[in-house]
Amino acid sequence: MENFQYILPEIFISGSIMLFLLVGVFKKNSASLIYNLSNISLVILLALIINLSSLDTIYLFNKSYLIDNLSNYMKIILVGSGIFVMLTGSKYIQVINLNKIEYPILILSSILGMMIMISSNDLIVFYMGLELQSLALYVLASFNRDNLLSTESGLKYFVLSALSSGLLLYGCSLTYGFSESTNFDQILINSTEFNYGTTFGIVFILVGLAFKISAVPFHMWAPDVYQGSPTSVTLFFAILPKIAALSVFIKFLYTPFANMNDQWQTIIVFISIASMIFGAVAAIGQKNLKRLIAYSSISHMGYALAGLATVSNQGIQSSITYISIYLVMNLAFFSCLFMLKRNDKYYENIEDLSGLSKKHPILSFSLLIVLFSLAGIPPLAGFFAKFYVFLAVIEQSMYFLAIVGLLATVVAAFYYLRIIKIIYFDPEKEEYETSHNLGLKITLAISTIFILAYFIYPSGITEIVSKITMI
Amino acid sequence: MNFPILSSLILLPTIGALFILFTKSSSGKYQSSKYVALFISLANFLLSLYLWYVFDKNLVDFQFVENREWLSGFINYKVGIDGISILFIILTTFITPICIISVNATITNKLKDFLIAILIMETFMIGVFCSLDLVVFYLFFEAGLIPMFLIIGIWGGERRVYSAFKFFLYTLLGSVLMLVAIISIYWITGTTDVEKLYELGIKAEYQNLLWLAFFSSFAVKTPMWPVHTWLPDAHVEAPTVGSVLLAAILLKMAGYGFIRFSLGLFPIASENFTMLVYILSLIAIIYTSLVALMQEDMKKLIAYSSVAHMGFVTLGIFTMTQQGIEGSIFQMISHGLVSAALFLSVGVVYERHHTRLINKYGGLVSIMPRYAIVFMVFTLGALGLPGTTGFIGEFLILMGAFEKNILVAMIASLGVILGAAYMLWLFKRVVFGEMNNQELKSMKDLKTFEIITLSALVIPILFFGFYPEPLMNSIEASVENTLNMYNLDLINNLASKD
Repeated sequence: MENFQYILPEIFISGSIMLFLLVGVFKKNSASLIYNLSNISLVILLALIINLSSLDTIYLFNKSYLIDNLSNYMKIILVGSGIFVMLTGSKYIQVINLNKIEYPILILSSILGMMIMISSNDLIVFYMGLELQSLALYVLASFNRDNLLSTESGLKYFVLSALSSGLLLYGCSLTYGFSESTNFDQILINSTEFNYGTTFGIVFILVGLAFKISAVPFHMWAPDVYQGSPTSVTLFFAILPKIAALSVFIKFLYTPFANMNDQWQTIIVFISIASMIFGAVAAIGQKNLKRLIAYSSISHMGYALAGLATVSNQGIQSSITYISIYLVMNLAFFSCLFMLKRNDKYYENIEDLSGLSKKHPILSFSLLIVLFSLAGIPPLAGFFAKFYVFLAVIEQSMYFLAIVGLLATVVAAFYYLRIIKIIYFDPEKEEYETSHNLGLKITLAISTIFILAYFIYPSGITEIVSKITMI
Repeated sequence: MNFPILSSLILLPTIGALFILFTKSSSGKYQSSKYVALFISLANFLLSLYLWYVFDKNLVDFQFVENREWLSGFINYKVGIDGISILFIILTTFITPICIISVNATITNKLKDFLIAILIMETFMIGVFCSLDLVVFYLFFEAGLIPMFLIIGIWGGERRVYSAFKFFLYTLLGSVLMLVAIISIYWITGTTDVEKLYELGIKAEYQNLLWLAFFSSFAVKTPMWPVHTWLPDAHVEAPTVGSVLLAAILLKMAGYGFIRFSLGLFPIASENFTMLVYILSLIAIIYTSLVALMQEDMKKLIAYSSVAHMGFVTLGIFTMTQQGIEGSIFQMISHGLVSAALFLSVGVVYERHHTRLINKYGGLVSIMPRYAIVFMVFTLGALGLPGTTGFIGEFLILMGAFEKNILVAMIASLGVILGAAYMLWLFKRVVFGEMNNQELKSMKDLKTFEIITLSALVIPILFFGFYPEPLMNSIEASVENTLNMYNLDLINNLASKD
C-alpha cells in the first residue's frame, strides 16, 4: 500500500475518467465541459508525472510495474503531446459534429492504457495496457459514424489489430512457457540458453509490436485508418500510440530479450529498412495528405527502429530523440491541416494546397519548414533526429543500414518537395478561413519555432535523453 | 575572446532577412525592403573587407577561430578562416549586393521573399567557407538547398519545377553519402574538428572509401561530368540573380571542399584517385565545351562553359602543385566574377527582349554600344585573354598540369581554344552581325543600375587580371601549408609501408 504514491498519475487519470463519465451521464450537453476538463486533467497528470521524475528506479506490485527515467520521460512526452492533440482538435470536432462526451474520455482511457504499457514490467500488465489503448482507439477511429471511410477504418483497424494482438498473445504464452515467468526481469534471467520456443516468442511479440507501430510489413492498416479517421484522431494515431509502442519496443528488446539480441537484431534491421524504403516509395503517388502522412510515418518509424537495431545505448537514445522530434513535426503538420478550413469544411487533399503561399504566407511558411524538416534537411530539427540515429548506426559499423536509410531520405525528399511545389509554385485557389482558435495557433507557433530554432541549442533533448540508460 | 567577427558575418544577413520580414510590404514597389537588403549586404561586404585587412597573410594557421560547445559536447560550432577561405567569403559578400541591386530587372512578384531568400542564402554560403567542423560544414552545405530550391522554383522560368527538383535531388543524393562519411570519421577518429583531423590524420585503409563519399557530394556540386546535367537546367530556369548566385558561389563550395577536405583529410586517397579526377576533368573540359558550341540558348551556353571552367578547377586542384592549386583558387574567383557578369549581361538583354535564343539577336553593337563594351570584357575574361583574371587562373593550372602530366595538360589546353571558340562565336552572333530582327531596334542601352553592377564586375576582372598580387599573396601561405601537409602525409604513409 505504501507504494501508491508512485502510481498517483495512473490513479488520478482513472479517477478522472470515471468522474467525467458520471458527469456526462447526469449533466446534459456537457460535451464541451468534459473536453475542457479532460484537458485540464491532462495538464495535472503531466504535473504529477514530472513530480515523480526526480525519483530513481522503482518496482511496484511484485515487480510487475516499473517506474524509471525512461518510463517517466516517455510518459511526459506522451501526455504533453496529448495536451496539444486535444488543444488543436477542439475546434475540429465541433465543426464536424463529433463533440460528444465519449470523445475526450476515450482519449483519456487510451492514454491511460499507454501509460500502463510504458511502465509495465510484466507480460500480463503489458497486455492489459495494450488492450485498453487499442479498444479506445478502435472506437476513436470509427468515431465519425456517419462517414463511410471512418466506419471502414475503425472496422479495419479492429480486425487487423485483433489479429496482431492474437499473435502477440501467442508470443507471450510461448515466452512464458519457455522461460517460466511473465516478469520481464525473470525472463531475462531464465532465458540464458538458446531455445526455439523463446525465439518464436520473440518473433510473434515483435510482429504484434510492429503492427502497433505500423512498421512494414505490418503497416497495411495505417493508410486507410489515417485517411478514414477524423483528422484529430489521425493526429492522435500519428503520435501517441507510436510513443507507447516504441517505448515498449525498447523495453522488450532490452529487458527480457536483451540476451538474445543476435536473434532479434536482424528482424529489427529488416523491419527498419523495409519501412524506410516502403514508406518513401509508396508516399510518392498519394493524393490525400492524411494518407501521405501515414506513409511518411511508416518511414519515420523505420528510422526510429534503426536506432534500436544498433543494440547500443547511443542507439536507444537516438530513437527516443527521434520520436520526440517526430512528434513535434507531426503536431505542426496537423496544425497546418486543421487550418485548411473553408465554410465549415476541412480540406485534406494535396491539390487543396495549390498556391497556398499567395494568400496565406505564414501558414505556407510553417508548412515549408515542417516539410523540409520531415525530409531531414539541415538545419531543421528533422535533420538532427536523423543525424543522431545515423550516428548510432554507424558507430556499430552498420553501413548498409545507414546508406539505405539515407538514400531513402532522398526518395522521401521527393514527395515532400512535391507538396512544397504545390504550395509555392502552383496557381492559387480559393482562400481559406483565417480565424482559428488560439490553441491551434499556439501549437503551430510553438512547434514551428521549435523546428526552426532547434539548431541553436541542439543538445537540449539529447542531454535529457542521455540520462535514460538502459544497458 | 575577441569580437566574433566570423559569426557576425554569418549572422548579419539573417538578421537583415528578419528585418525585411517586418518591413512594410506596401503594394507597388517594395523599395524599403530592398534598401534594407542592400544596406545589410553592403555592411557585410565592408565587414569582410575589414576582415581581409586585419587578416595576417603570413600565418598558416586558421585565424579568428571561434569554438563553442554546440552538440552536447561532442561536436563544436567551430569557425575560422585561412588565406583560401577569406577570398571566397569576400567573393560571396561582393556578389550578394550586386545580386540585390540587379533584382529590379527580373523579379516582379514577391520581391520581399526573394530578398529574404538571397540573404539567408548568403548566410549559408559564408558559413560553408568558414566552418572548421565537418558537421557544421555539412549543415551549411545542405541548408543552402532550401533557399536555392525556392529561388529557382518560385521565380524561375517555364520549366522551373523540373529544374528545381532536379537540382535539389541531385545535390541531396550526392551529399547523403558525405554525411555517412562524416559520421564514420567521427567514430574512427573521435572528432570532426578539421584542425584536429589535420593533426591526427586518418588511417590509410579508410581513406579511399571516405574520399569517394566526399567526392560524390563535391562532384555533383562542382559539377563534374557525368553528374553535371542539373546545372544547365537549373541555370536556364533560374531567374538571373539565381543563376548568378549559383554560378558565382554555389559551385565554388565544391572546389573549396576539394581543397579543404579531400586534399587535407585524405591525401593518400587523393593521390590514388588523381587519374580519375584528371579523366573526368578532361572530359568535362572538352565535352562540355563542344556541347556549349552547339547551344542556341545563351544561358545554357554559359552554363556549359561553367562546367568546362570547373573542369579546369578540379584538374588544377589535383595536380597537387603550388601553381595548380593557386591557379584553381584564382580560377574559381575569376569564374565567380566572370560568370556572374555573363549571366547579368544575358539578363540585361533578356529583360528587354524576353528571349534567350542567340539567333534572335544580332547587331546589338549599333544600338547598345556600352553593353557591347562590357559584354566584350566579360567574354574575353571567360575565354582567358591575358589581362583578365581568366588568363591567370588557366595559365597557372596548365603550368601545374604540365609539371605532372604532359598529356593531360595538352588535352586541357585544347579546352582553352574551344573556350575561345564558343565565347567569341556567342559574342559575334549577339553583338556583331547584321540586325535582322527589327524589334531589336527599340532596345535601350544600359540603365544606371546596370552600369553600376556591371562595372563593379569589370573593375576586379581587369584589375586582378593585371595585378593578381593581392589575391595571390593571400592564398600563398595557406596553399603551401596544405601542400606541405599533403606531401608529409604521403611520405609518412610510404615510410610506414616499408
